[in-house]
Amino acid sequence: METTSFLPLLILISSLIPGILILLLREEQAVLRTFLNIFGAVAKVGLIAWVFAGYLRGEEYTFVFNLALDLTFTLRVDQLGLLFASLSSVLWLVTTLYAIGYLEGGQHRRRFFAFFSFCVTASTGIALSGNVLTFFIFYEFLTLSTYPLVVHRGTDKAVEAGRTYLWYTIGGGTVLFLGVVGLFVVAGPIYFGQTEIIAGLISEYTTQLTILFFLMLTGLAVKAAIFPLHGWLPVSMVAPAPVSALLHAVAVVKAGAFGIVRLVYDVYGIGIAEQMNFLSVLAVFAAFTIIYGSVRALFQDDFKKRLAFSTVSQLSYIALGVAIPGVLTSTGAIVHLVHQGIMKITMFFTAGNIAETYGYHKISQLNGIGRRMPLTMGAFTIAAFGMIGLPPVAGFISKWYLGLGAVEAGSYWVVFVLLVSSALNAAYFLPIVYRAWFCEPEQEVVSQLRSGRLETQALLLIPVVVTGLLSLAAGVFAATAGSPLSIAREIAEKLYLL
Amino acid sequence: MTDLPISPYPALLVGLPILMATLSLFFRTRGEAIVGIIGSLLTAGLALIAFVEVTKMGTVIHILGGWEPPLGILLRMDPLASVFIGMTAVVGVFISLYAWRYFPAQEATNGRLPLFWPLWLFLWAGLNGLFLSNDLFNLFVTLEVIGISAVALAVLSGKSPALSAGLRYLLAAITGSMAYLFGVALIYGSTGTLDLKLLSQVLEPGTTTSFALLVITLGLMIKMAGFPFHFWLPPAHSSAPAPVSALLSALVVKGAFYILLRLWMEVFGVSLTYAAGQLIGLAGAIAVIWGSWQAFMQTRLKLIVAHSSVAQLGYLLMIFPLIILAPGVTADSADWLSPVWTAGIYQVLAHAFAKASFFLSAGIIIMALGHDRIESLRDLVGHMRITALAIGLAGVSLIGLPPSGGFMAKWMLLKGIFLSGQWWWAPVVLTGSLLSAGYIFMLLRLAFAPSREKAPFRPVPKKLEVYALLLALGSFLIVLPADSLVQFLESSEIFGSGIETILEGGINGND
Repeated sequence: METTSFLPLLILISSLIPGILILLLREEQAVLRTFLNIFGAVAKVGLIAWVFAGYLRGEEYTFVFNLALDLTFTLRVDQLGLLFASLSSVLWLVTTLYAIGYLEGGQHRRRFFAFFSFCVTASTGIALSGNVLTFFIFYEFLTLSTYPLVVHRGTDKAVEAGRTYLWYTIGGGTVLFLGVVGLFVVAGPIYFGQTEIIAGLISEYTTQLTILFFLMLTGLAVKAAIFPLHGWLPVSMVAPAPVSALLHAVAVVKAGAFGIVRLVYDVYGIGIAEQMNFLSVLAVFAAFTIIYGSVRALFQDDFKKRLAFSTVSQLSYIALGVAIPGVLTSTGAIVHLVHQGIMKITMFFTAGNIAETYGYHKISQLNGIGRRMPLTMGAFTIAAFGMIGLPPVAGFISKWYLGLGAVEAGSYWVVFVLLVSSALNAAYFLPIVYRAWFCEPEQEVVSQLRSGRLETQALLLIPVVVTGLLSLAAGVFAATAGSPLSIAREIAEKLYLL
Repeated sequence: MTDLPISPYPALLVGLPILMATLSLFFRTRGEAIVGIIGSLLTAGLALIAFVEVTKMGTVIHILGGWEPPLGILLRMDPLASVFIGMTAVVGVFISLYAWRYFPAQEATNGRLPLFWPLWLFLWAGLNGLFLSNDLFNLFVTLEVIGISAVALAVLSGKSPALSAGLRYLLAAITGSMAYLFGVALIYGSTGTLDLKLLSQVLEPGTTTSFALLVITLGLMIKMAGFPFHFWLPPAHSSAPAPVSALLSALVVKGAFYILLRLWMEVFGVSLTYAAGQLIGLAGAIAVIWGSWQAFMQTRLKLIVAHSSVAQLGYLLMIFPLIILAPGVTADSADWLSPVWTAGIYQVLAHAFAKASFFLSAGIIIMALGHDRIESLRDLVGHMRITALAIGLAGVSLIGLPPSGGFMAKWMLLKGIFLSGQWWWAPVVLTGSLLSAGYIFMLLRLAFAPSREKAPFRPVPKKLEVYALLLALGSFLIVLPADSLVQFLESSEIFGSGIETILEGGINGND
């Protein structure tokens, strides 16, 4: 194919090598470990920016390595992958800073940061995979690298959650594996974007390809937390806040959602998927999950649990957008990959900050917290407005495109689902905002973590402010060239060119 | 046949370990170990040289004493044999290095265990001989050598659980050998030859051949602990000292599989029937599910690992139905066979490395804890991270997650399953993976959990941990040369031109 470039590989190595080096360090070498972490994170952002710039100039970046026999390891840069990779790398940088602050003085930090690095390696690997096999390899690698993070605290509850997490993800992985091998046998090694291969085979192998589609979809739906395969996500809330932030905003759930996007758009092709009625099945499940997740979120008093069920709901916007064909819905789906990421990570940072600073885990304890932590809660409020879909925050853009696209496609029921979901979003997020700003605190608590004039440690505060502002910026500057929306729009338009 | 290049290596590969084994008998204590480790290193080195020779020259032969067959014995080292010999050498050398440090460290608690080194070298000679044998009777002899030394190794500790397990092992081994020998006698009676090459040409389909194939297959299945003859394996493999468990699980059972593979693919093509294939596949499938489930239910580490072997060997049996297509299903070419045997070879290699590593790790844990009840593995990660990593990596390969050798095997197996149209085996592979994930992660879950007692782990020699880790890494590294390995194997008759036998057999067998 095109000329081989080591840049995509370098993007992966920028977090893989620091991870390995951290494992080799001693627990006490905190300074060196922090340096490696930040160096890797900054290098990754820089490399992706470099590649992105090159890609916009029209350069191609492909790395091919023949693993064995017909198994080819391929990394290839395309717009969709770059969007996801940028999201992962920027949020990784932010989360790394956050985690350094959050875990200060904690145990097993060497293990934590090493697997944290492996995790982001897997997630950028998923973003840059050029074919189904490579995607699958990183998809499984992600499962393995996140497990030690889920059980990090080592409590019985954490270990139990880790078990649930593994049963779901390994089960999903095996089903996906079956689908991937089957696809390989029927259609050969498929590179993302070669939708003509399936199009040529669909009439001859209708049954096989239908079964394979649903096998792969099921495998991906586990990580994308689509009902009834979402059970692991609320349980995994026992993990430390930076892990929840990373799992729920970027790595695991997005791997599933991104996989569904790839499967429909770049493997089977939107035309075939629509023609074979695959999409209507996906739409039904996604719509149900949106409502179900929101309803469950309403009844959670545990802050992180409420956020988790909200994630279950929000993620299915992506699947729903994929399931309704049309440029606008596709734009909505792809842009929501990014928007949901930055908004939800803000919320988890908030939950982490409150828990670390005041020890509050329940929503009922949050009365008046906004006065004590104005910046954190300010960021949370922005994100919450975004989730509800209020302009001009990022979430509004996603919902606007999804709704508009649904109307255009004549699927009015989708608009109804979006409206109900928005109402539910408001019903479970606004009370938190209201409590925080307008309720009187029940008692005066003095935090240990207040450092000087800041409301909490600087390393915990900066990330949440940054992602809060990003959520706002992604909405306000949506029309500018280079915004997530404009990129998503370009990707979607290319999809329907054929 | 005699136009093949003649080489001294096949004879040396059998002779050298026998020589060193005999030599070590003359020494006591440390002297025996020194001769033993030297013998191991020399045999391994020789095996690798021979391996390289075969990659360059192709199949080589050696005629013992210059007597031509059928009077003399001909040793043939083709690519398939050299892959198995190479595997035995690499895994064997790590186990030897481990044993070199393991036994002295164990002496304090268990007393000295004599005779490990001579028995292991005899076993090695038997394995090499088996891989090199070219006729049914020599195969029998080598099987016996392997069986006897393996049983003796299994009862090395002299403790009563080991002795009773060893007795069962011995009975199974003898029954297996007798069944095999009976089949061989039938073949000899009807054809007058034992030479594999000749047999593949003169064997005619019929009741005698079919019956002979049946008893031979049954005998070999007993030897490789195929379901429902797996009963002897878990107690025997789990009660032996760690290096012995590793040898038994990683290498010894593969010998019987090797013969089975050779006979089915190279010799008995004419008598293979679809039903026979399905039946042996069913046995494999049950072994996969049953073995994994049993492993999941165990509470002692070595029993988990031993039951896991039953399951992993089941995958090997599952390749046999795939080489015979269903009646009415025709294949234009032998394309579907390549993934099938690649799956077999990779399963053998991946299991050898991963399982050897696993048993060695179990030995380290027993050394550190004094027992192997898994609830004591709590906080293994904190205390012995190299061993924890080795168990993790070996486990990943056993589950079949990418990019391990086990993944390669499962990928190819599933590919073969789809290509041969026998999709009903796919759920078995899936369930097996899930169950194996169940027991592996049960261990890892404990390894990450916080410990209730303070420092229950006694220190162990670091080198032992490193050997186990290297073997675990080996189960990943074997994926890298896959391309050349498959090409190399394709150059042998069994997977190259010999495939025609299968194709013919597949058609003949469909009546």
